[in-house]
Order: sequence, then structure tokens, then C-alpha cells
Amino acid sequence: MSNVKEILLNPIFNNNPIGLQILGICSALAVTTQMSVAAVMCIALTVVCAFSNFFISLIRARIPSSIRIIVQMTIIASLVIVVDQILGAVAYDISKQLTVFVGLIITNCIVMGRAEAFAMQNPPGLSFLDGLGNGLGYSAVLMSVAAIREFFGSGSLFGVEVLPLVTQGGWYTPMGLMLLPPSAFFIIGLLIWALRAWKKDQVEAPEYQIGQHTAMSHS
Amino acid sequence: MEYYLSLFVRAVFIENMALVFFLGMCTFIAVSKKIETAIGLGIAVIVVQTITVPVNNLVFGFLLADGALAWAGFPDVDLSFLGYLSYIGLIAAMVQILEMFLDKYVPVLYNSLGVFLPLITVNCAILGGSIFMVNRSYNFSESVVYGIGSGVGWAIAIVVLAGIREKMKYSDVPEGLRGLGITFITVGLMSLGFMSFGGISL
Repeated sequence: MSNVKEILLNPIFNNNPIGLQILGICSALAVTTQMSVAAVMCIALTVVCAFSNFFISLIRARIPSSIRIIVQMTIIASLVIVVDQILGAVAYDISKQLTVFVGLIITNCIVMGRAEAFAMQNPPGLSFLDGLGNGLGYSAVLMSVAAIREFFGSGSLFGVEVLPLVTQGGWYTPMGLMLLPPSAFFIIGLLIWALRAWKKDQVEAPEYQIGQHTAMSHS
Repeated sequence: MEYYLSLFVRAVFIENMALVFFLGMCTFIAVSKKIETAIGLGIAVIVVQTITVPVNNLVFGFLLADGALAWAGFPDVDLSFLGYLSYIGLIAAMVQILEMFLDKYVPVLYNSLGVFLPLITVNCAILGGSIFMVNRSYNFSESVVYGIGSGVGWAIAIVVLAGIREKMKYSDVPEGLRGLGITFITVGLMSLGFMSFGGISL
């Protein structure tokens, strides 16, 4: 039982797909100006990741290793088409705002990476949980970035006004930069810093050591 | 001619795949430690992008779009929901063919680009290019220009980032920011720089 819990919770903090494995960053940056849009993206990715892991694991014994990438791609692409069609029918406005990024779940390295690294070796049930866990790890980062960007950029959370804006007679002047591309990079960089300050073992070794400064050098 | 030139410039600078649309970020961050490897990957992306975007344009125009199968006697068929599956299948196939072709006929190029080609199948910039091309309903010649332009833009971005990172490794970065963290902040600053192109109207 502890094994199940570990597979589900490990990717959220200890082995976060975005923070540590550097996977699936593209969409993490692009869809985070509004929390509602980011939430839909998270649900879509988590569903695709969990089910693709499940199906790939189901047929893992029958996939010849030479064409496994194509087989995985086909399964993932079919799932994404299903999700895309459902979104188009149920949440049309949000799916318009997500534009190409739902389609890009296909090449999201989290989905491919987990299929390759976990689902090919493990039974369907565990693979499903692993997909779910990684999807949630991705969602945790995405939602925190989206919360910061929407709060400071538009003074609201999930579209509900929290800080009254100057333009509507309030006091808060929105930070326009938060809605522009560069802020997403800065926020993720700082989030990684925070995560690594907390989990020291994730700190990378320096590539180059600066030499000791010695008092003798000036003579 | 002028129209195509402005389409090219827009694809390279104003709508830079990596820094404005965040596409291909995973490889962008992971393979940008050395300038040589960044150049290799950049060229591979340009080549693949130049081939796949126009080919996907043909596939969409003659097979998938609403009523596109009229030439085969099925004027009412709309296969556009199969889009994603066909684009990614085609990209994977193209990369495989390119790899085999280079291996057989241009071994020099294969030795330098070979390791990057499999990475490209899962590069969102490639798939993103095809999806953008369909969304913006480019015709064939526009898609050729757009394919080259978006590839070049991505290649420039990764080579510049690799150049910065080569210098960056000698600086004393705070512990938690080392590696990934400082790279993100660097890319953010680059993206800020590329935003200055956004004011250009063509």
C-alpha cells in the first residue's frame, strides 16, 4: 500500500516532472496567464498521461521494441484527439484560448517520458497511478505559476476579482509584465530555486569551481 | 516577394517559436550546454521543419480538410479530426526517412546530426509549426516560407542561449539556482529582448 502512495505522491514534490526532470515545460509557460485556462490544461494532461500509461502498459508485452515509439505516439495522439474533441464540445471558449497547446500534449515529454520509463516495465494499475501522479506534479507547478501570474497581472483568481483594479475605481495597478511571456520564465526559475532550497538534494553540482582567493596573490 | 519576406521575418523574430510561443522548451533547455551541439540541433530542426510543414500542408489540403477528398469521389468527408494523429505520424516517418537517407548517402552529416534526429520527433516546435500552419490556413508556398522561418528562429534562439550558458558556468550562482534555475531566468531575459521585435509591424 505504501508503494501505491509513493508512486502517486513522489512526482509531486520529490521528483517533480517540471522542477527536476525538465519535462513538459512548453505548455507550463504558455497557458498560465489565467487560472481557469491552466486548470483545464492540467485536467487534459493528467487524463492523457494516466490513460496513455494505462493502455501502453496493457499492451507492453506485445509492442516490438523497434517500433515502440510510434506505437506510443499513436496511442497518445488518439487520446489527445478524444480530449480535444470533448473540450471543443464542452468548454469551447477555453479550448479556443488553449489554441495549439492541447494538440501539443502529444509531444509533451511528460507523457512520452512516463510511457517509456514507467509504463513499459510495470503493470497497468501502477502505471495508471504513476501517470496520475506525474499529471498532478505538473498541475501543481502549473497552478502555482498561473496563480501568481493571474493574481499580480490581473488582480484576480479564477476570474474572480481579488484586488480592485485602478481602471475600475480600485487601488491596484496591474503588473502588465506578469501577462507577458518573460514573466513565466522568471517565475518558474524562482519556483525551482524555492523547491531546491527546501529539498537540498536536488541542487546541481557546479560545473566549474572558482579558485580559492588567496592573500598571497598580490605580492 | 515582399509578402514572403515579411512572413519570414515575422516567423524568425516576432513569433519566435522558442521565446514567444515557448515551443520545444524541453530540448531547448536540455541541449544548450555547448555551442557545437546547439548548432547541430538547430540545423536539424531547420531541415526537419522545412520538410514537414509543407508536407503536412499538402496532407491537410488534399486528404484531411473538409471536402478535400472531392478528387477521390468523397466530397462530403471531413477528416480534419484526424489531424494530430497524421501530423505526428508524418513527422515521425519523415525523421526516420531523413535519418536513413543521411546514414546512407551523407555519412558526414549523419555523424554530426544523427544523435539529434530522434529528439526532434518529440520536439513541440515541429508539431507546433504544423498546427500553426493549419490554424492560420497558409497555402503551400506560405507554408514553405513559414517552415524555414520558424526553424531558423528556433535555431538562433538555442545557439544564443548556448553561448550565454558557456560563459555562465564560470559565474558564482546561488546554490538552488544552479543549472536549471538560472537557465530559466536567462531565457526570460532573452525573451524580454525578443519582445522588442514585437513592436515591428510588417
